[in-house]
Amino acid sequence: MFKGLAAKVYELSGENVYLCYQCGMCSGSCPLVSVMDIPPNQVIRMIQLNMEEVLDSKTIWICASCYNCTIRCPRGLDPAKIINALRNIKMRKGISVVNLRKIPKVEEYPQLALVAASRKLMG
Amino acid sequence: MDKCKRKSNIYNVLYDASLTVIDVQSDDVRIGVYVCHCGGNISNVVDVEEVRKFAEKIPGVVIARDHEHVCSEAGQKMILDDIKKFKLNRVVIAACSPKFHEPTFMKLLKEAGVNPYLLEMANIREQDSWVHADNPKGATEKAKDQVAMAIAKAKLNEALEIKEIPIGNRVLVIGGGIAGIQAALDLADSGCEVYLVEREPTIGGRMAQLSYTFPTDDCSLCILSPKMADVYNHPNIKLFTYSEIENIEGYVGNYRVTIRVKPRYVDMDRCDACGSCAEVCPVEVPDEFDWGLRMRKAIYVPHAMAVPYKYLIDGEHCLYLNEGECWLCALVCLPGAINFKDTEKKVTITVDAIIVATGYDLFDATTLENYGYGKYANVIIAPQLERLVMPTGPTSGKVVRLSDGKIAKKIAFIQCVGSRDEQINRIDCSRVCCMYAIKQAMILKRQDITRDVYIFYIDIRAFGKGFEEYYMRAQEMGIHFIRGKVAEIIEDPITKNVIVRAEDTLTGKFIEMEFDLVVLSVGLVPSKGSEELAKKLRITVGPGGFFLEAHPKYRPVDTLREGIFICGCAQGPKDIADTVAQASAAAGRALRLISQRKITLEPIKAFIKTDLCDGCGICIEKCPLGAILAENNTVTINEAICNGCGSCIPYCPKNAIDLRHYTEEQLIAEIKAALESKKPNEIRVIAFFDDSCTYKAADLAGTSRIQYTDKMRIIRVPSSSRLTPRIILSAFRYGADGVFIGDCLPGGSPYHPKVLDVINDLIRKTRRMLRKYRIDTRRIRFDTIAVDTAERLAKNLNELVAIAERLGPVKPEKREKIKF
Repeated sequence: MFKGLAAKVYELSGENVYLCYQCGMCSGSCPLVSVMDIPPNQVIRMIQLNMEEVLDSKTIWICASCYNCTIRCPRGLDPAKIINALRNIKMRKGISVVNLRKIPKVEEYPQLALVAASRKLMG
Repeated sequence: MDKCKRKSNIYNVLYDASLTVIDVQSDDVRIGVYVCHCGGNISNVVDVEEVRKFAEKIPGVVIARDHEHVCSEAGQKMILDDIKKFKLNRVVIAACSPKFHEPTFMKLLKEAGVNPYLLEMANIREQDSWVHADNPKGATEKAKDQVAMAIAKAKLNEALEIKEIPIGNRVLVIGGGIAGIQAALDLADSGCEVYLVEREPTIGGRMAQLSYTFPTDDCSLCILSPKMADVYNHPNIKLFTYSEIENIEGYVGNYRVTIRVKPRYVDMDRCDACGSCAEVCPVEVPDEFDWGLRMRKAIYVPHAMAVPYKYLIDGEHCLYLNEGECWLCALVCLPGAINFKDTEKKVTITVDAIIVATGYDLFDATTLENYGYGKYANVIIAPQLERLVMPTGPTSGKVVRLSDGKIAKKIAFIQCVGSRDEQINRIDCSRVCCMYAIKQAMILKRQDITRDVYIFYIDIRAFGKGFEEYYMRAQEMGIHFIRGKVAEIIEDPITKNVIVRAEDTLTGKFIEMEFDLVVLSVGLVPSKGSEELAKKLRITVGPGGFFLEAHPKYRPVDTLREGIFICGCAQGPKDIADTVAQASAAAGRALRLISQRKITLEPIKAFIKTDLCDGCGICIEKCPLGAILAENNTVTINEAICNGCGSCIPYCPKNAIDLRHYTEEQLIAEIKAALESKKPNEIRVIAFFDDSCTYKAADLAGTSRIQYTDKMRIIRVPSSSRLTPRIILSAFRYGADGVFIGDCLPGGSPYHPKVLDVINDLIRKTRRMLRKYRIDTRRIRFDTIAVDTAERLAKNLNELVAIAERLGPVKPEKREKIKF
């Protein structure tokens, strides 16, 4: 049905990004939007336009999966899931954001943070 | 009304009572068959002489002739003479599509004194010679079968009686907003007897609450109140305010309506509206008219322009009615109009047609917690702003912060509150919010040009006449448009300012802005009680909760129940101009019905075989129109309501319900005739085409000369929902190798929107039975076909035949096992 990035996202998340009508509700609701380089609504726009550079954005790693966008999206989309799919695409290429071995004094970090990091940020 | 002329369509000629019908139906069937050459259109492909000779030999056929043009005057005279000479009581014409000349020949039969329903036509042009032009042999074989099928059906045709219902000119209009007012006035001016029922104590509806109207900026009440007065003074309008519809029964021309008139506790004839009662009344409650922005007394008039301008007591809040103490209003009322003993009254009227104009309610913004309406004082809904900007309103036209009464300087509008939102199940655009927000923004700017006005929108929809110019003027005035749906609103607990958070999607920047006042542009939802009213009226409600029209394009104000029309926001959100246009349209449709003075009922209706019916009542639930009734354990069909869709038939466990003119017996006879000529190893498919879509598409395939398989035989049915598993199984029993079923696209059927569900149920059931007989279920194919998709129809038919050919003929021993 879809091609390119949209097809991959659909495969991984089951979400049809073409439903987005760019109201910006997700970005307005996002608690971390101020530190993102691309606001979530533009992330979805870039998937629609098959712009692969979205995979190199900081946004997809900053998203905390708080699901504020998901509960408010007026088109019933799940932006958090879509961003998760982008992370998966990236990680399937073997690219991880965090390498546990390179973290200095890893033993001093809380267990929970490490588990969360290995789930979300490592392939 | 007397000037209204009766519409002279073919049916009026057919049903004209001055022509007497001699019923020549008897056990002795005498059929005349006429095969048309159609000036070569048929005879160049089909061997007409062979067909004629074939027909001659069929038992019951008295005479078979062919003619160059059967529809010509000479051809018609030939039939007329034959009917007299040979005492024919059935006529079969093999010619073009019945869509062309069926009315012509029915009229001919009528003139000859034969019941027009004893005519049967075989479509050997559009569905034979034109689609098998390169296969004369196959076309001739098919034509012979088609004639045999028509004869088989004609033998079982019954003389059907055409009934008439007299139609008077009484119309009930439900709802006294601008839609109801317009429809009532149009009808009353045309001489109809109109009953206008309004739930509130005054007519005028939502429009009376508006300040000004876009895009012309007329004062709303200034243009509305003359119309309200016209309604009140019109000799042909009987007005029921503060009344609700209790019950509706009956059918077109005879709707019996019970109206519940709520007690006003004030004698309308005596009250002179002096207002001294309200002065002394000690009870204060929020005024509904001003959306709670000011208080009213328990004895009140809804507003200064109310019609009727009479006081009433709010029974819920009156001290005397609730606690037995007070009586102050009665003491000061000089005319003695107060009547605490007033009770609810029930009035029953009989009307011929009904117009539903129940309007809309506003989306309840308190359900959206992130916007804080109802929680923060300075977040209001747009209808409240309508009242605030009015010079006669609660603040004398000053737009103030509700927290402290200070003039609001910086104001934001938030669009699409309760519209275009999947999360709250309101997907539709409410169509008016963009324009009313722009209007209100301009009013605010006009009051004080230094005000900062922001509109947060997703898309600005300025689609109407003069709307884009209006939008442009707003931009000219320096109103800020920000493209982004507001995510959340919070309140500064000290200043009570409201902070709006959104994304400006055009720059990709997050915005957090502080405002004095935030206005929510709330969407339109169906008016309270719509669903119950729909149940009482037996009309359908669409996905958004608004009443559903019979056809979105061609019958936009009709419902599936004859004589019930819808208009205004009851049908869907729309602005005043569209509402008025639609209200006049509904009045026009009602007048069309009324001016016919009587309506003729097509006799093709469902009927109950009383000897088989056990009164289980499944059909009663299945009838989409409520035409089936149960009385003392017997089930009866109201022929005035039944539209002949046949959706009840597949559900009857006793096969006790059937459709006139297309009975199970007749369809099985056609099937048998279609398969009689089949050779042992030949493949043959039976196709059931619904009359309104697939049959027309098949005719179009003919006129477009699309060539397709000659292996199938078409049986015409009013709607495929009329079929039963028995009929489909009998096709396999008597030799079919496949069955094709066609019906309209979703929503395309003229009968009712759920036709496809019925067909799907029916096919599922049939497939289950086929599995039992070990017959491949791929042999049944169901397709929805639009009238204009002839090529698709041809392709799908070819595909089914190809499947049947691949699977080979059904084995005779399997066929014999089929029981029904």
